[in-house]
Amino acid sequence: MPEKTIESFSVKRLEILNETGDADTALMPPLSDAQIKELYELLVISRTFDGRALNLQREGRLGTYAPVLGQEASQVGSAYAFDKADWLFPSFREMAVFMTIGYPMNMIFQYWSGDERGLKVPDDLNIFPISIPVGTHILHAVGAAMAMKYKGDKKASGVYFGDGGTSEGDFHEGMNFAGVFKVPVVFICQNNHWAISVPREKQTAAKSLAQKAIAYGFEGIQVDGNDVFAVYKATKDAVDKAKRGEGPTLIECVTYRMADHTTADDASRYRTKELIEVWKPKDPILRVKLFMEKKGIWTEAYQKELEEKSKARVDEWVKMEESVEKPSPKDMFLYTYEKPTPRQIKEMGDF
Amino acid sequence: MPKMNMVQAINLALREEMQRDKNVVILGEDVGRDGGVFRVSEGLLDMYGPERVMDTPLAESGIVGTAIGMAAYGLRPVTEIQFMGFIYPAVDQIFNHAARIRSRCRGRYTIPLVVRTPYGVGIKSPEHHSESSEAHFCHMPGIKVVVPATPYTAKGLLISSIRDPDPVVFLESTRLYRMIKEDVPEGEYTVPLGQARVVQEGRQVTVISWGSMLHRALQAVSAIDAEVIDLMTLLPFDEETVFKSVKKTGRVVIVQEAPKTGGFGAEISASIAEDAMLYLKGPIKRVTGYDVVLPLPKLEDYYMPTANRIRKDIEEVLKY
Repeated sequence: MPEKTIESFSVKRLEILNETGDADTALMPPLSDAQIKELYELLVISRTFDGRALNLQREGRLGTYAPVLGQEASQVGSAYAFDKADWLFPSFREMAVFMTIGYPMNMIFQYWSGDERGLKVPDDLNIFPISIPVGTHILHAVGAAMAMKYKGDKKASGVYFGDGGTSEGDFHEGMNFAGVFKVPVVFICQNNHWAISVPREKQTAAKSLAQKAIAYGFEGIQVDGNDVFAVYKATKDAVDKAKRGEGPTLIECVTYRMADHTTADDASRYRTKELIEVWKPKDPILRVKLFMEKKGIWTEAYQKELEEKSKARVDEWVKMEESVEKPSPKDMFLYTYEKPTPRQIKEMGDF
Repeated sequence: MPKMNMVQAINLALREEMQRDKNVVILGEDVGRDGGVFRVSEGLLDMYGPERVMDTPLAESGIVGTAIGMAAYGLRPVTEIQFMGFIYPAVDQIFNHAARIRSRCRGRYTIPLVVRTPYGVGIKSPEHHSESSEAHFCHMPGIKVVVPATPYTAKGLLISSIRDPDPVVFLESTRLYRMIKEDVPEGEYTVPLGQARVVQEGRQVTVISWGSMLHRALQAVSAIDAEVIDLMTLLPFDEETVFKSVKKTGRVVIVQEAPKTGGFGAEISASIAEDAMLYLKGPIKRVTGYDVVLPLPKLEDYYMPTANRIRKDIEEVLKY
């Protein structure tokens, strides 16, 4: 008997906007000028927020913080593609996702200052609280999507994780459940090339992370993660597909972590400055600015005003956060269970 | 009133809760067509369909992790982990997420989830099928741990667990599954979580137990004026009932199937020592499994506390 080929596959990569600000018009998603400006403004304010968070941490006004620098397009472009009724499941570096969905960012400062109340998600938003154990929240997104399907809700769930996250067992189990139950979930992998000090090459021998989807029976696509239009288009297509009942998608956003892993990390111990220099011209914000300039919707005055506005909003969030009263120690007891146990009630007597 | 064993009683609880509330769904390995390896979910697939009785891929973390997402979204998932010895891959999900999400987001999302799992020695099975590792779970604030000892209480406790707003780890003794039959009413009744049950009143010694060991304890006290307490919920455990009994009898024997060191009996013993020591006439005794790797079936009978071992320790404390 001759051997047969029982399966063959290819993996696509999507790029729309290049580093010099030119977009492939055939692939460009239908975004109005107002929407393009909105995306740009989200990118800019996310970076402003991030820079301020780092400064606050250095001044001792914020706890350990995980910067988003360099990954703004992967987060803004993807989060922008979901509807308000959809459910998002962030990891711990998704500040630009929170920004994009309109989360009160003073609460994100509050969270990183060490206050759980910052993650008391407002009732009109459907985002899960920040999840620290790598990859474990992937299953929650899949479960929510299973529930959406069971209830017949035309919604999708989206989950954020990194290249390191794909090495976790829960990535496998989540992808596998999603494929088997064919549920409306979009897996958004930000391949930022680093899991703290361990480079992407040491996470997997596979050529791409996108191709991992094939083994689970659904589509994976790689996108230029610093191209907000490509990320948006890939995510929008995946969300629409999910809502048509056609199952999950894995999107690998190839981007770069330009900062340290967190404020507790020193990346100079394990990567050279030259590596970062390569990625500087690929900046996700710069190319949108060039694109808008060529399109005639960007001016120096607009930029100046945008920067001032962004700074003022971030200032306001910091002010709001720093004027919040400290939480009551009793809160420790009030949110462990719906009702405190008899023993907890006794313990609360200490306060 | 129909007489039922524990398998039938738990099956009835699932059936009735699924009938009452469309948000109750079941997921696990072999829970659908096969009805579960112990047949606990038998018939439910035909009754409620594959959308509500889900045979999942073989992945414990996946089962509990996806159930957490379902619970947050508004369902009331009841997961089955086939044996307690296989629950460990799901512990990350139970400890790091199910137990903590309410606190993490200050109540915006809650996880009304039940993790059912058969536990304990009793069916002469291979390695990993006989564990009773309840104490690990009792050290994790944010979850509840429930261990029924009879068919009647199993039904009522499971209904309470399904309706509870917080995650519950629900342990079912494989030895008890078909050992006892008793009257189990059809229709709704609940047995509240966090409350112990005085199975037998007595004056000379308090014997505290849960799950399969309750029956060994009852055998052991047949000729003794002992008060026997079935704890039913371990986390949070009913201190009030325990202390009240200790204050009356002044003597305590705790019986658990799990190894002694770090077992839940230690928590009860320490609690009594802290809050009721002056009522004690003698030392608190723990009759437990040994501090060994659980043996295969040829030695397992030597491992478990027997009625004789329990009686010996009761006689010991009665000397004071």
